[in-house]
Amino acid sequence: MRFLQLYNYEIAIFLAMVGLYIVVSSGNLVKKIAGLSMFQISVFILYISMGVVEGGTVPILIEGVQRYSNPLPHVLILTAIVVGVATTAVALSLVIRINEAYGTAEEDEIHEQDESF
Amino acid sequence: MNLDSVIDILLLAFMAVIAIAIVRIRDLFGIAMLFSIFSLLSAGVFTVMDAADVAFTEAAVGAGISTILMLATLTRTARKEKPSNSKNPAVALIVVFVTGALLVFGTSDLPRFGDPQAPVHQHVAPRYIEESPKEIGIPNMVTSVLASYRGYDTLGETTVIFTAGIAVMALLGMRRSRRREDDEEID
Repeated sequence: MRFLQLYNYEIAIFLAMVGLYIVVSSGNLVKKIAGLSMFQISVFILYISMGVVEGGTVPILIEGVQRYSNPLPHVLILTAIVVGVATTAVALSLVIRINEAYGTAEEDEIHEQDESF
Repeated sequence: MNLDSVIDILLLAFMAVIAIAIVRIRDLFGIAMLFSIFSLLSAGVFTVMDAADVAFTEAAVGAGISTILMLATLTRTARKEKPSNSKNPAVALIVVFVTGALLVFGTSDLPRFGDPQAPVHQHVAPRYIEESPKEIGIPNMVTSVLASYRGYDTLGETTVIFTAGIAVMALLGMRRSRRREDDEEID
């Protein structure tokens, strides 16, 4: 069955959607960022899944091994992990600043103070 | 079904359970810890999927530094999440289900998982695998691609990290100097 042969992609999509649900439904900014990071990790899993070759091994040259997994997604995701942490750091320091200005990291209370909603 | 895919599915199932737990709990310290476990499990998944370098980085940077950053933020903000009044879970569920259904539909015609004939393995990857040990002279193909063939990507990455570092310092550095002024006023 086609659906079962793609299980890795489907679980990655499920995890990404749980992350998206946290981002949309949670009012706390720190939890939102945790959800966003979860979404990010799911995308990493999706990418690495594409690089897998049946019967392949880690892409490090070994005598006598013919089949390696695809190194290109690994490189892209290595870059993405580090950049992801850098952006998370910026987001979290923004939360600290917001907490200092408004005295809270809850979206509802911030909107109340701004009278925007 | 071989042992690799059994471990892979087990780890992914653990991740799904932890993801649901993160949705349910309101204690932010618990969320930070569960997120760390989530990250570490994903490093395990990467190892099973033959991506050793990615697993190292995820375990060190994702599970380690991200968690520390999150805990550091929690020391300066509230420990608990408050129940939200304005948020309607039904709306969030609809958004998530529609997006998820579209993504599943979009991925449904991908080559099956692990297919050696998939287009992704036909383009530049064979060249990296066959030529990079000769051209660059190091056995690790990921390092060769990262530092040589796609060196500009890595340069761009470093620029992003530098910019992020400046942004964090600008955001948190100003705060410190202002607090110092406040202290002086109180004195």
